[in-house]
Amino acid sequence: MQEYAPAAHPGLSAPARTTNGGAPEIVVRGVRERPRGWTAWLSTTDHKKIGLLYIYTTFFFFLLGGVEALLMRLQLAHANNTLIEPPTYNALLTMHGSTMIFLFVVPVLAGFANYMVPLMIGARDMAFPRLNALSYWLFLFGGIAFYTSIFFTPPSAGWTSYAPLSDNAFLPDNGIDAWIFMIHLTGISSLLGAINFTATIHNMRAKGMGWGRMPLFVWTILIYSYLLILALPVVAAAVTMLLTDRHFGTAFFDNTGGGDPLLWQHLFWFFGHPEVYIMVLPAFGMISEVLPVFARKPIFGYKAIAASTAAIAFTSMLVWAHHMFPTPVPEVVLAFFMLSSFAVAVPTGVKVFNWLATLWRGSLVFRTPLYFGCGFLATFVIGGISGVILAIFPVDWYFNDTYFVVAHLHYVLFGGSVFAIFAGLYYWFPKMSGRMMSEALGKTSFWLMFVGFHVTFLVQHSLGLEGMPRRIYWYPNHGNWQTLNLISTIGSFILGTGVLVTVVNVLLSIKNGRRAGNDPWQANTLEWFTQSPPPENNFDVIPRVRSVEPMKDIRREVARRAGQGTETVSQPATTGAT
Amino acid sequence: MPRIRVIRALPRGIRAIRAIRALPRAVPAGIVLALVAAPAAWADALTPESSPSRNAADIHTLYVLALIIGALIFVLVEGVLLTSIIRFRRRRGGAEPAQIRGNTPLEVGWTLGAIAILVVLATVTFAYLGDITTPEKSSGATQVAALHQPAVPGDHALKIGVNGQQYIWRFDYPGPQQVFSYHDMYVPAGTTVTLKITSSDVAHSWWIPKLGGKSDAIPGHTNDTWFRIDKPGTYYGECAELCGNHHADMRARVIVLPPAQFQAWMRRQARDILRSQRLLEISRRLRGQGP
Repeated sequence: MQEYAPAAHPGLSAPARTTNGGAPEIVVRGVRERPRGWTAWLSTTDHKKIGLLYIYTTFFFFLLGGVEALLMRLQLAHANNTLIEPPTYNALLTMHGSTMIFLFVVPVLAGFANYMVPLMIGARDMAFPRLNALSYWLFLFGGIAFYTSIFFTPPSAGWTSYAPLSDNAFLPDNGIDAWIFMIHLTGISSLLGAINFTATIHNMRAKGMGWGRMPLFVWTILIYSYLLILALPVVAAAVTMLLTDRHFGTAFFDNTGGGDPLLWQHLFWFFGHPEVYIMVLPAFGMISEVLPVFARKPIFGYKAIAASTAAIAFTSMLVWAHHMFPTPVPEVVLAFFMLSSFAVAVPTGVKVFNWLATLWRGSLVFRTPLYFGCGFLATFVIGGISGVILAIFPVDWYFNDTYFVVAHLHYVLFGGSVFAIFAGLYYWFPKMSGRMMSEALGKTSFWLMFVGFHVTFLVQHSLGLEGMPRRIYWYPNHGNWQTLNLISTIGSFILGTGVLVTVVNVLLSIKNGRRAGNDPWQANTLEWFTQSPPPENNFDVIPRVRSVEPMKDIRREVARRAGQGTETVSQPATTGAT
Repeated sequence: MPRIRVIRALPRGIRAIRAIRALPRAVPAGIVLALVAAPAAWADALTPESSPSRNAADIHTLYVLALIIGALIFVLVEGVLLTSIIRFRRRRGGAEPAQIRGNTPLEVGWTLGAIAILVVLATVTFAYLGDITTPEKSSGATQVAALHQPAVPGDHALKIGVNGQQYIWRFDYPGPQQVFSYHDMYVPAGTTVTLKITSSDVAHSWWIPKLGGKSDAIPGHTNDTWFRIDKPGTYYGECAELCGNHHADMRARVIVLPPAQFQAWMRRQARDILRSQRLLEISRRLRGQGP
């Protein structure tokens, strides 16, 4: 039971008190006694605990996926290598791709959103707390269903599971079925989560927070949710059809029974390409939160960034066949998908320029989140440029399914999403744990990851240019293949070390970090108004929002009233909050 | 510059620490410098395999054009980013930065700029498209007797069926003798070769990097591509679509022969196939399985 106890706050008058006439508002009454210990984590419906569960679980999967990647890199370190047998290699590439996409990037964003969206919009929880808990547990069991397949036969048709290879005629083992159930369970999880986010964001914003004052991360989560709602039912249908093809005698994807393997590719990529933006838009949102705070300057072109998010989402539903340029489809179709893919590049470019303009003439405070923010910008732009090159379909005929594509997608997903997720982790860790992370370890981790990333993936462009296809378990000593692959393998271990440094940083800081206080970064959005970590009810009083940077207004107002400098200020600390 | 004078006055050890501290700025600058300065030396690492076939050469040209435009954008973005990182760091006692929230003409400007670049790219692509997809005329001097097909009007192209199977490529030649081969495709120099690409099990992708783009082999569908090489030589490739455990072993060679040698190969191959079919027939009859 936790009651609001107004604490004396010498020298400062809590700003919120002034908005409701002095008396503190008591909002929590008659709460059931909370379970203690580990049962608290099993039964929780608190969006913050669920968010942390998501983040812990997804980082665990991230490490698993990373180990799978390193094993593949070891096999490819040398020409004619025989370290890993072909079935194992195909299982590794399938597990790596599926893990990173379905069990790391998408759910970790859901985790951050779970924790942050209610706090950023001044709400006390998500709209449907129990549904939120269900989302997490479905996700966890999806991951477990998938990973138990390593004890029998893991799936080996790639994360795209192209039919007819994924049909039971060619892969009769139940690895593909485990993959299908993983897609279903994580899909339902994401779908419920998306419905929850839209309901929360539409209905539960603080007074005064109109659409034009919503934090950009919340904007991207809203659009992410709509994209999930539009795209997920398609892949759910596709994998169900695959399941009935495998076990119940249908022939949706079997040409000998009147079906069509190309139908799988269309359905999968109709989901698969929006999925790319599902993975990158919230990362854009994190960057849009981090850059202005550490540049000490408002985001440049708030409206353009919000609008370009919506434009990217809309266009992303129209570009799926650019993954299928070498398949037999009419030229007019190819031309359409090239032009629509070009169209996505425009709002994405707009965002990049807006971020650059946010940094320009700022006063950059180089803490770890900004390191990752700048690393994101420097890297993502390369992925964007290689994306435009790949959109030119005759050029894609050469690059499709080569290491050039592998490099491109890692520049977008690792250089883009993962660097942004790390920026978000370093930025929000003080809020989630109440403690600061080590800057020295953070910067070490950044440099290892940044250098390791580019050493790993820059040379893979050249491998693609020299004609190395992706997903091959061995290669002959041809041209520069061996040298470039060895460089890539060395880089991947530097990158892995960098990730481990952050893991160590989290483990050390969570107990021993310097206390963060409510607002260590002098940030702009409402999550910094409450304590770190926030109490179960988030806010005792929810301030009225008067601009897109409510915390800046509050700090200014407090400074004006107290007649002193703009130090950290927010709601008074209650006793015994955890 | 009072700050620099202070550094000079410091002992050597501290200067070394300063140098290490400058590393975070020096490393990205070095990476960018290497990327900008080295393309001449790296020309091979930055472009696709050079090709004797026109379609592949045109793809190469399109790629180089996109790469140049991309490189300009890359230099612009990384330049602005690095300048910001170096020039606009917070300095002690520095003034609060101007609270700029946007600049509509500038934002409209870079939106239109991005659109303009993409319009140029699209236009150039469409200009090259015909040359890439339409097979070139076979040169009249090296016609292949008995293989006449009207694939290109008034032309004599060689039409080969390419069939992907786990984990080998089969090539079917035209003509009454039904010549076929596995793994090695023999073609005459100077003749346009058009390929009909099919698959008899899972999805594969036909790709010889030096002969241009790839074409997926999808069960139930037929895909087309072509090439024409004027000089004899051997070209290597492998399947480019994950097709099962031994995907990496599904390799292929295209061997370009002078027309006379090609004709000789066709005759030899026809004879060998016939002979092995007869042998098979005899062995079946001997084992009592024959027709």
